[in-house]
Amino acid sequence: MSPSMARNPPWNRIRRKSVNAIMLTLTGICTIFAAGILVFILGYLFVHGARSLNWNFFTKLPTPVGETGGGMANAILGSAKLLLVATFVGVPIGFLGGVYLAEFGGGGFSFLVRYVTDLLNGVPSIVMGIFAFTVIVLPQKHFSTLAGGLALGIMMIPIAIRSSEEFLRNVPLALREGSMALGASKSRAIWSVVIPAAKAGLITGIMLNLARVAGETAPLLFTAFGNRYWSPGWEQPAASLPVMIYTYAISPYDDWHQQAWSAGFVLLAMVLGVNILSRIILAQKGPALR
Amino acid sequence: MSALPSAIDTPPASGGAAAAFWKRLRAGDEIAIAVTFLSALTVILVTAVLVFELYRKSAISRHAFGWSFLISTTWDPVSGTFGALPFIYGTLVTTALAMIIGIPLGVGAAIFLAELAPPLLSSSLSFLIELLAAVPSVIIGLLGIFVMIPILQQIVPPVQDKLSWIPIFSGPFYGVSLFTAGVVLAIMILPFIISISREVILSVPNDQREGALALGATRWETTWKVVVPYARKGIAGSIFLALARAMGETMAVTMVVGNDPKIAHSLMAPGYSIAAVIANEFAEATGDLYQGALIELGLVLFGVTILVNGAARLLVMSTEKKGTS
Repeated sequence: MSPSMARNPPWNRIRRKSVNAIMLTLTGICTIFAAGILVFILGYLFVHGARSLNWNFFTKLPTPVGETGGGMANAILGSAKLLLVATFVGVPIGFLGGVYLAEFGGGGFSFLVRYVTDLLNGVPSIVMGIFAFTVIVLPQKHFSTLAGGLALGIMMIPIAIRSSEEFLRNVPLALREGSMALGASKSRAIWSVVIPAAKAGLITGIMLNLARVAGETAPLLFTAFGNRYWSPGWEQPAASLPVMIYTYAISPYDDWHQQAWSAGFVLLAMVLGVNILSRIILAQKGPALR
Repeated sequence: MSALPSAIDTPPASGGAAAAFWKRLRAGDEIAIAVTFLSALTVILVTAVLVFELYRKSAISRHAFGWSFLISTTWDPVSGTFGALPFIYGTLVTTALAMIIGIPLGVGAAIFLAELAPPLLSSSLSFLIELLAAVPSVIIGLLGIFVMIPILQQIVPPVQDKLSWIPIFSGPFYGVSLFTAGVVLAIMILPFIISISREVILSVPNDQREGALALGATRWETTWKVVVPYARKGIAGSIFLALARAMGETMAVTMVVGNDPKIAHSLMAPGYSIAAVIANEFAEATGDLYQGALIELGLVLFGVTILVNGAARLLVMSTEKKGTS
């Protein structure tokens, strides 16, 4: 304490108290700002997107350039197909890998898997797109739903592993011991007791994971590419909602901008809906798992 | 329960080796371990193949330009000259801006949520902020183009009139700029900084706070001089994670940065970023060299984000260890 402070204690106290009040208020303002952004985004998309949303959006193909109207039915189906491929790529590997880490793992190899998983999770999505491009599009010489789905599927693996590991670990040890005391092998106990007990969490994890990759645009730009028509089968370029939003947003047409808002609203409603629902399920089931 | 123990309902061994094999199969532990082990191994393999593919497919560009690829400023697909510096510059500048805006806001909000807000308010606001992390980046970009750019076009020019003697604020402002991209990125990294920092701050033991308060410190002094230093590694980890996120972010940046491969000294000028140039040009890249150069850019981006991410994980891990001991 300097002499001046000691000589003049009330002023010092007032200074410290006002710094306290100012800084605490500032942190509150930071919070309001951060939370306000989401409210703003939601509100804006709702006002702009929901207003021009109509039945055509879900049932019609895009119209040729220059004509107004039309919809994004092909993009909605395309997104669904991409997510289906992604699920088949990402969920089995992620889920089984999670089972290994939670039930059989331990030691250096598990640490390595966890670390690499975290690194893979941090790989920019555009780089995943390049990867899917080099392993599928380049040899096949054409864009396809498969390539896009592969890119999204690989992006799902890290989260799938970590979430299944976590939910399996939350199953009480007593359940494992009980079933093994009845004579079940370890794998039988896992399959018939542990996994069913963790089912709600595991499914929620997959839903959250799907919601996350459903909005990914960058890895699809040069894998699934885009398509203004239906995309039969799995071997052709396919439209998807996020890429449609991007293409329409940077186009010079007002009608397309309007449709980009609608598509953004639909995508955001889906993504946030799944997120909110999952959190409610987890909040209800969570304590029981622990 | 239909799932009774396998050791009991296994058929009696009657057929010699085949039956013995069948029995082992029903017990299944080895198989289960093998299958799940292979899946775990797949993650490592996928990552290895990813690195290998990026390295191999960029060979043509690496051989053609060598290290000068990273410091050359010419990006000319027509003449086949490729230099990455304008993109590296853009990525660094936009990321730095995002951190300058995002760190104080994020850490401030995390402090409020962890230290001051009543539990119910804190958890509901954190929920809102975590939902913000789930908003797809293309939607942030959409709002960037149609909402933020018009607003910035109102705000920036008057401010520029006062500050145009500073080089980084000089020049005409078209709306799309490095600055706009930085602001958009700041919004996108906020939820990462806030949610991780909040958890780290919440995990600081209460006796630390009580000790400081008992010595007569104010609430803010306790937070700033005791709690935050205690949690600093974890907060740093959250910042590194956000940094990696910002550098790899593609769509929102592509939509607002202006996509102009120049090194502009003004923040108000359009620029470009590594991720954005890949997004824009990859699908139309004709010729092996062009494609190779773009893949090499991907390799650069991959390398940098992996380094930053690896550091972040170690930081967060070391805080977690300190917390449990």
